[in-house]
Amino acid sequence: MLVYIARRIVYVIPIVLSVALVCFMLVHITPGDPLVAILPADASQELANQMRAAYGFDRPLPVQFWLWLWKALNGDLGHSIATGRPVLTEVLRAVGNTVTLAIAAAIIGFTLGLFFGLIAGYFRGTWIDRVATSIAIAGVSVPHYWLGMVLVIIFSVELNWLPAVGAGPGGSSAWGWDWDHIRYLILPAVTTSVIPMGIVTRTVRSLTGDILSQDFVEALRAKGLRETHVFRHVLKNAAPTALAVMGLQLGYMLGGSILIETVFSWPGSGLLLNSAIFQRDLPLLQGTILVLALFFVFLNLIVDVVQAAIDPRIKRT
Amino acid sequence: MTDAINETISPVDRLEPVEDVGGAAQPLLQVVGLTKHFPVRGGLFGARKTVRAVDDVSFSVAKGETVGIVGESGCGKSTTARLLMHLMKRDDGEIIYDGMTVGRALSLRELRRGMQMVFQDSYASLNPRLTIEQSIAFGPKVHGMADAAARALARELLGKVGLRPEVFANRYPHEVSGGQRQRVNIARALALSPRLVILDEAVSALDKSVEAQVLNLLADLKREFGLTYLFISHDLNVVRYISDRVLVMYLGEVVELGPVDLVWDAPAHPYTRALLAAMPSSDPDHRTETPPISGDPPNPIDPPPGCRFHTRCPFAEPLCANAAPKLTVLDTMGHQAACYMAIPGSGHSRAPAKGANAA
Amino acid sequence: MSAITDAALQAAPADKARGYWTTVGRRISRDKVSMACAVILALIFLSAVLAPWLGLADPYQGSMIHRLRHIATPGYPLGSDELGRDMLARLVYGGRLSLIIGILPVILGFLIGTSLGLIAGYAGGKVNTAIMRTVDVFYAFPSVLLAIAISGALGAGIVNSIVSLTIVFVPQITRVAESVTTGVRNMDFVEAARASGAGPFTIMRVHMLGNVLGPIFVYATGLISVSMILAAGLSFLGLGTKPPEPEWGLMLNTLRTAIYVNPWVAALPGVMIFAVSICFNLLSDGMRGAMDIRN
Repeated sequence: MLVYIARRIVYVIPIVLSVALVCFMLVHITPGDPLVAILPADASQELANQMRAAYGFDRPLPVQFWLWLWKALNGDLGHSIATGRPVLTEVLRAVGNTVTLAIAAAIIGFTLGLFFGLIAGYFRGTWIDRVATSIAIAGVSVPHYWLGMVLVIIFSVELNWLPAVGAGPGGSSAWGWDWDHIRYLILPAVTTSVIPMGIVTRTVRSLTGDILSQDFVEALRAKGLRETHVFRHVLKNAAPTALAVMGLQLGYMLGGSILIETVFSWPGSGLLLNSAIFQRDLPLLQGTILVLALFFVFLNLIVDVVQAAIDPRIKRT
Repeated sequence: MTDAINETISPVDRLEPVEDVGGAAQPLLQVVGLTKHFPVRGGLFGARKTVRAVDDVSFSVAKGETVGIVGESGCGKSTTARLLMHLMKRDDGEIIYDGMTVGRALSLRELRRGMQMVFQDSYASLNPRLTIEQSIAFGPKVHGMADAAARALARELLGKVGLRPEVFANRYPHEVSGGQRQRVNIARALALSPRLVILDEAVSALDKSVEAQVLNLLADLKREFGLTYLFISHDLNVVRYISDRVLVMYLGEVVELGPVDLVWDAPAHPYTRALLAAMPSSDPDHRTETPPISGDPPNPIDPPPGCRFHTRCPFAEPLCANAAPKLTVLDTMGHQAACYMAIPGSGHSRAPAKGANAA
Repeated sequence: MSAITDAALQAAPADKARGYWTTVGRRISRDKVSMACAVILALIFLSAVLAPWLGLADPYQGSMIHRLRHIATPGYPLGSDELGRDMLARLVYGGRLSLIIGILPVILGFLIGTSLGLIAGYAGGKVNTAIMRTVDVFYAFPSVLLAIAISGALGAGIVNSIVSLTIVFVPQITRVAESVTTGVRNMDFVEAARASGAGPFTIMRVHMLGNVLGPIFVYATGLISVSMILAAGLSFLGLGTKPPEPEWGLMLNTLRTAIYVNPWVAALPGVMIFAVSICFNLLSDGMRGAMDIRN
């Protein structure tokens, strides 16, 4: 077990390096000279050369990569061109809001997904199964940014119950868990929750169905165990895989929030990424993606380790 | 009989069998020092260990003979079969077909026509997307036969294995029963006109009644086509029924070999005795009272030093743990065993005196 | 017992045998949900292809005095957009670009990913390690983030959007193709084919392709659902199609400001994306069920 964890952690190192390489290359696949984005349009040739040397753009690419990586390891992701502030500060503040949104969405999506999945698997083949499965299919097929718009139309425009955009009083930096703020969280969180809801439903449904069709369940029933006890066995057997799927979904919510944050103007990492793209703020673009991808890699690591720890069937050496 | 006459005037083309070059005295197959070790990772930074799946195995198969290989699961029987078929690379050893060393005097492609194999899982060994006829015709086509001729051959072979071609030729594997599928697999193996057929647990997965039918079919085909069989099985009754000689394997090594009746009546290795004693008997007066062998086979990753069986052997003495006994000829009938108890003057307290019955 | 079955089968009529794909086709044609989805998709495809001959209004021709008409306004069956263009015409014409940018990345991903997966799965060893470890790198990014990162770096445009989505799907399809190929490669019938002396390309053509393409194809069909949502999403962000082209994601974006004036017209393009996406998802599920022939 410890050996497995150790090996899994060692295995993360090349992944992290490759992720850094991909993020680094993002700036270099952009068409044109990366300096163009940094310099004012009327900059002199002399200034351009100075900046090129300062940013290291005159060095060969591998050298540039190692310089960039070294700085990044020391927490220096450069400065945002638009605001001049350090990229890391900007990203971390925004990521906090994204985490808030993802956790709220996870609570909604996972609860519903577990519920629908369990009853669908338990009542497989009945109308309950068909309803739950349809909801799940709709959840994974709906363009969530459009669902966000529809929810805004219903609850903000038509009913005027909830705010359509923003993160409440105090803007992006003053989040609090009170009604004044939570009001703003409800619609984006519900919108974000539909995909994980659908996927968790489908996973749990098939797990439950598979477990219930196994011989040991028959044996439990034959022993005269009550259905609630049988159900407990189902939960115990489905937990490792279900947890792994949910961990992965949490990662997708953190990294894939750009569309929903754009619809709701939620001041998280996705909105930051959006503005970085449209202001051609390359250091900010690069830094945001790097931070989000690293989040995802480490979340995957935790999921794997937790799964190995709680699943007795996996003897990982 | 009529089949044999029909065959001579049959319009159906077959591939010419690989020519018999050595004559009757030349063994059809000689295996010398066959070895396969699998590396396995252990520990954090891959302290590499090896599984000695097949370790220095040597034997030969005479023309027209049926040689059985028996042993517990995991003893290297199937690995041996796959090594002989060149489906995996061997680490060491030579395979000599009719006096010709494979890779030198005989090319791999020629060997594949001379030696074919039937697998245990009748469903997994047929492509589910091909009809039975297509599956059988595939091999001859690979060796240059025209499509129409290969199909005609496939239909003829279906008849030979007892399946009416007009019924079965265009069926898919999932549309026929397990016994019929195994007949198809036999036909597929015969399509290349091999002289040696390796049957790797070929009847083990079948119902007892179907098994008997397929065994009879194998005996008929052997007579009709002059085949030589290498018959791998864990079922001792079946091995005794079909084999002339038998090879007992334990943890990748041959521990005893010889004519099947000799080995059955006078087993020289305690492992063989244990295997035979473990056979269920239908006679209540001969039921097995005490378990003949205890424990599981040791982990093949770390085979014990010395004789590999000494950890489970009731007669083990200190010398058994020190060095492995060599496979030694016991009599003029070709009975051999690798046990100090059978080797005269070996130093084991139960060993016969030197010169007592050595050849 | 089995002797009786044997005899019964021997006597059975010879024409009973059917090909695998014939059986799958028959099973899927009996599945009502799959057939309904196929019909809806066919209608959307056909109307997109035949749009110029359907007697629709000009999808580019706006009218400042007829902006944001409601659904079922005379002359505007589905209303009009923020520039007074006919919504019905724009939705039908929009199918052309939306379907291309949604489906093409999956087709490209299928071609590239299947090739890579087949090579990795069949060759095994170092080749497998090289391909699959590279694929792992892309798995370290959530797919939406990866698509937007590449699209954002390359800049807005249809081609860039297709390229970035292809890059997202290649690793996913490669992984599926590799695992299916490895599974089939270890089957005894492939061993038997090797034992009969066939070379790797013959084995690949005769024994592997027919067994691996089906599952990969089903997986790719399901991916079209994701791809439609992502492609329209890129346009929605302004990274895909550029105005005034009719395209569902872009239409959704430009109509966002209209939700306070005419909300239900603004939501229409999303209905189209939703419909295509859910139909491909259900069709993929139906095919998977129909191909599992042993039940």
